[in-house]
Amino acid sequence: MSVRVLLPTAFTKHTGGKKELDSTAHNLTGLIADIETTFPELASHLKDENGQLRRFINVYVNDEDIRFLGNDKYEFKEGDEVMLIPSIAGGC
Amino acid sequence: MSSVSSYELRCRGCGRSFGNQPLSICDECFSPLEVFHDLEAARGIFTRASIGSGPHSIWRYRALLPIPEGFEPDLAVGDTPLVRTPQLAKRIGAGELYIKNDAVCLPTLSFKDRVVAVALANARAFGFQTVGCSSTGNLANAVAAQAARLGLKACILIPADLEPAKILNTQVYGARLVRIDGNYDHVNRLCSQIADRYNWGFVNVNLRPYYAEGSKTVGYEIAEQLGWRLPDNVVVPMAGGSLITKIKKAFAELIALGLVEEKKVRFFGAQATGCSPISVAVKTGSEHVEPQRPDTIARSLAIGNPADGPYAARAIEQSGGWAEDVSDPEVIAGIQILAETEGVFTETAGGVTTAVTARLYQQGRIAKDESTVICITGNGLKTTDVLTGLYAHEPAVRPRLKDFEDYLTTLDALPSTAPADRDADLVAGGINVR
Repeated sequence: MSVRVLLPTAFTKHTGGKKELDSTAHNLTGLIADIETTFPELASHLKDENGQLRRFINVYVNDEDIRFLGNDKYEFKEGDEVMLIPSIAGGC
Repeated sequence: MSSVSSYELRCRGCGRSFGNQPLSICDECFSPLEVFHDLEAARGIFTRASIGSGPHSIWRYRALLPIPEGFEPDLAVGDTPLVRTPQLAKRIGAGELYIKNDAVCLPTLSFKDRVVAVALANARAFGFQTVGCSSTGNLANAVAAQAARLGLKACILIPADLEPAKILNTQVYGARLVRIDGNYDHVNRLCSQIADRYNWGFVNVNLRPYYAEGSKTVGYEIAEQLGWRLPDNVVVPMAGGSLITKIKKAFAELIALGLVEEKKVRFFGAQATGCSPISVAVKTGSEHVEPQRPDTIARSLAIGNPADGPYAARAIEQSGGWAEDVSDPEVIAGIQILAETEGVFTETAGGVTTAVTARLYQQGRIAKDESTVICITGNGLKTTDVLTGLYAHEPAVRPRLKDFEDYLTTLDALPSTAPADRDADLVAGGINVR
């Protein structure tokens, strides 16, 4: 089982320019660990002082915000596309 | 107004400086970037006198807007009326009540003209040939119109179910319009990918820090129009949550530079219950803004994952204010009450803000003897679809006086649809405006 992970341009400074990786993680915690192992330089930037994924980073599975899928409770499925995207503004 | 004070992008999280470039995210901590102005450099330039001798538009505040050297704005954006609203005040139990009426902001009848004017000035300076945005409608109209005037190409992405008037009001300017099969949050996410791939200036993605500063002009205008004083309270609609934080920033700058007396203004946020992530965070005292799937007629506020939500919630809490949200029937009643009392036709977002204001007075969160400004951000002509069916399609009367009189008699005999009945909708939503 493998999922494709897409990273935003803002991360590329810490990934040697890479914007994608494949992961065999089963859930979000595993996936973040996988990203940190693959890109050790990125690791120190991904989480806040409490060890939580920084709040301005949104995680989407296919078209859905992972928070609607239960965050860590969501089990990745073969072929899932996971996107990490910083928040963007709009509206008033 | 020839001098421009110095400004640069800084990270709102870690404070790192990024100079001036089309960028909205810190590459160290991934927090949003914001324009930082050197207020000391503006001291002596940004004065009541210099502003008073400036043009009747947002450009009179140019010294505290991020406008590149050499850009000479000539589009009269902003300077919208601040209107005392005694009839509305009487209706909802308020005292000194005003609306800041951006339903008549030029050129496209919403407050978005302000932010786009500042964003496109920077788009030109950064050399973009094509500009774009993800939009719930008003932003699309503003980008399309102003891009046309500046000779820039525009590519605009919207949720497919947007109001027909907002779609037409984008297409007419010759912009390329792409309807996306999803909600605003889907559109927004796609735009961030597009901005990564194409060398386009997206006003609410890579130009966002500049764009957002344009909202400060609402705050500057309120203070100047009140005779250089601040109101006790401001009620502001919230979608992404940016506007309320920028009005607060504007007031803080005016205080810092001595243009107004120091005062703790309370900020109140307004949302529709069908999309109320910021309001819920404020009401539950939560540090986190949990995303929602939007389901409301107030589509211009239908942002389920508000990027500035945490900042908006914090601004409200620090000010001693509050946030409320209202049902769709209350939104309609809010539109009708503002039209019937003050002759101002606002869109659904304005209905939200008006109805929330009524509730805040009813709850006693705003006292009658305080001065309060309601921010009306858009025009009702763009969302007429929500009123479809509410008003009778009248039969044609023969052009005879007798027929006319008979017709009036018939109408008078019908059950009342008088303004007083509007209040029933607000009552149904959990409040009593009497």
